[in-house]
Amino acid sequence: MVLELQKPRPVWQIMFSTHHTDVGYLYLVFGITFLFMGGVLAMIIRTHLFFPGQGVLVSDSATFNRIFTVHGLTMLFLFALPVANGIGNILVPIMVRYKDMAYPKLNAIAFWMNPVGAALLWLGFADTTWVSYAPYSIIRAPGPAADMFIFGMKILGISSILSSINFVVTIVKCKHPDLPLRRVPLFAWSMLTVSLMTIVAMPTYASALIMMLTDRLGLSGFFNPFAGGDPIAYLHLFWFTFHPEVYIFLLPAIGMMYEIIPRFSRKPLYSQASGVFAFVMLGIIGFASWGHHMYSTGMDFTTKVVFMIGTLAAVPASGMHVFNFLATMWGGRIRFAAPMKFAVGGIALFFSAGAGGVLNSAMPLDFISHGTYWVVGHMHLFLIGTIGFGFVGMIYYMFPYVTGRMYSEKWASAHFVLMFWGTVQTFFTQHLLGLEGMPRRVYDYPTEFTSWTQLNQISTIGAWMIGASFAIFLASLIYYSAKGKEANMDDPWGIGGKYYYPVAAKNPHGGHSGY
Amino acid sequence: MGHDTAEWVFVAIVIAVLCYVGVDSWIVQKAVEDVPADAEVIKVTGQQWYWSFEHADGTKEISTLHVKKGHAYKFEIYSRDVMHSFNIPDWVVFEDAVPGHTNHAWFAPDQAGTYPIQCREYCGLLHYNMRGSLVVEDDKS
Repeated sequence: MVLELQKPRPVWQIMFSTHHTDVGYLYLVFGITFLFMGGVLAMIIRTHLFFPGQGVLVSDSATFNRIFTVHGLTMLFLFALPVANGIGNILVPIMVRYKDMAYPKLNAIAFWMNPVGAALLWLGFADTTWVSYAPYSIIRAPGPAADMFIFGMKILGISSILSSINFVVTIVKCKHPDLPLRRVPLFAWSMLTVSLMTIVAMPTYASALIMMLTDRLGLSGFFNPFAGGDPIAYLHLFWFTFHPEVYIFLLPAIGMMYEIIPRFSRKPLYSQASGVFAFVMLGIIGFASWGHHMYSTGMDFTTKVVFMIGTLAAVPASGMHVFNFLATMWGGRIRFAAPMKFAVGGIALFFSAGAGGVLNSAMPLDFISHGTYWVVGHMHLFLIGTIGFGFVGMIYYMFPYVTGRMYSEKWASAHFVLMFWGTVQTFFTQHLLGLEGMPRRVYDYPTEFTSWTQLNQISTIGAWMIGASFAIFLASLIYYSAKGKEANMDDPWGIGGKYYYPVAAKNPHGGHSGY
Repeated sequence: MGHDTAEWVFVAIVIAVLCYVGVDSWIVQKAVEDVPADAEVIKVTGQQWYWSFEHADGTKEISTLHVKKGHAYKFEIYSRDVMHSFNIPDWVVFEDAVPGHTNHAWFAPDQAGTYPIQCREYCGLLHYNMRGSLVVEDDKS
């Protein structure tokens, strides 16, 4: 990885820069900031649910509903997407050996739409849940919060379409002529896949948002049953975008594990071809499964079967990634430095989450798990377990290259142990809560089911461990970027330089000259 | 075993497991959706934030539903405002109440007792409190 160290510059120079690494840093700082803001909301939610009762921490359900809505929106659109884009911005041009992103100004514009969207989401603080199902979001959700949510999501959607166009053009058209597409490193492949998926999926939701807005204004009745519309239509449009979007959040994290695992296993990747194949498969099959979110909406038997097959069809491709990781590690001289710990932990949780996903897609079991805490546990195993672990591993991995200093391996281990244990305790327990029948998105739960109280308390203690682990993370990021030991830039972990294969190729355009 | 063989064996095992899951859930779901012909219809209406019920003989109930053990019941589920989800977790009765649509679910309780009824789709302010109870009584007749 050739990330040249730069002299410290005033912040405004980075902010107004269009250079890909600078925009990447902006994305990273933005995303990590919102990781902690969303995390604070998560701590409030879990602490509130420690005891059954109305005013445990949050005094009324209106506020509580707003908190879990904004927690979801923040973690998905203000943390997961920006961090993936940031790391993509920094690495993809280097991986395809081009001097910058294809459209540097568009790149900066796409980033600067994010703070605007974030401001609308946070100042509005809507209570529609992140899915904002019609007709609640149309006839009952209080404004102006719900309208600000619509405009905020609209802006974030446009931003992600713009950055996706940029990634696709950079990878497909601007890569070095000597570099065939199939040899492009797998992290860049993951960005290419998710960018193509975004371009196909996102316009559907953008149009649904406009329809929701005109419905709210009373100009139309697309999703409003009291004006002749159909709420189920909203669900189809929403999940047509957001089931693929699940893979859009997920695949960059898988791509990051492909960066980390071969290097720390000191072995070449088991199979580049199978990684590319699995990405492309997921990119296509991801569009065949949105209906599994809607089994219980009165869907007929045949449609359910079609969507179940579509969902199950995505599993072998995910399995190929896991196989590829394990086969790469097999027989390698593994160095369990922080990035590798997080990558391996992420694979384990990815496997658990995927196994739970198979059960969700099976029609009769979905009627037990749907809308309960099972689903909350399941998707958090993907979001924290896979995406969070992949991203955190990658951030530790890039730390010496970005700051020129080394983080503390001891504190990183403490972070890993707390976060892994906490994730397992919080979200595996929530699966059990779901089987006990506790619905999701509830402000309070009855006292008469003692098992609900016990499981909620176990889950909350796990969440506090995750919170503590991220406090360690924040403190190390700040402290060691200023006071850490100088890193050996050729080989920060002492694992032997020759494993830094394709990215080490020198940028043919002479590196940084674009300021 | 070569590189490719190992991976193909792995993929084949995964696909075999998935086929089993798919076929088994096809069989179970087919059986679950087969409503008995003699099932008595109960109309269920969800609205913010309670459930109301109307039996075939015209009796109406709010929040608490009384049924008889050993009979089959078919729920016709409506909503008067936003989306709800009618759920009796202990009897795996679960179907969304969507305004403008009528959805169906059925069950045949074979054990007397009181069971919770709840809403499992976010429906606003008091979604957490949209609860009721199902009372299954012994059939004396």
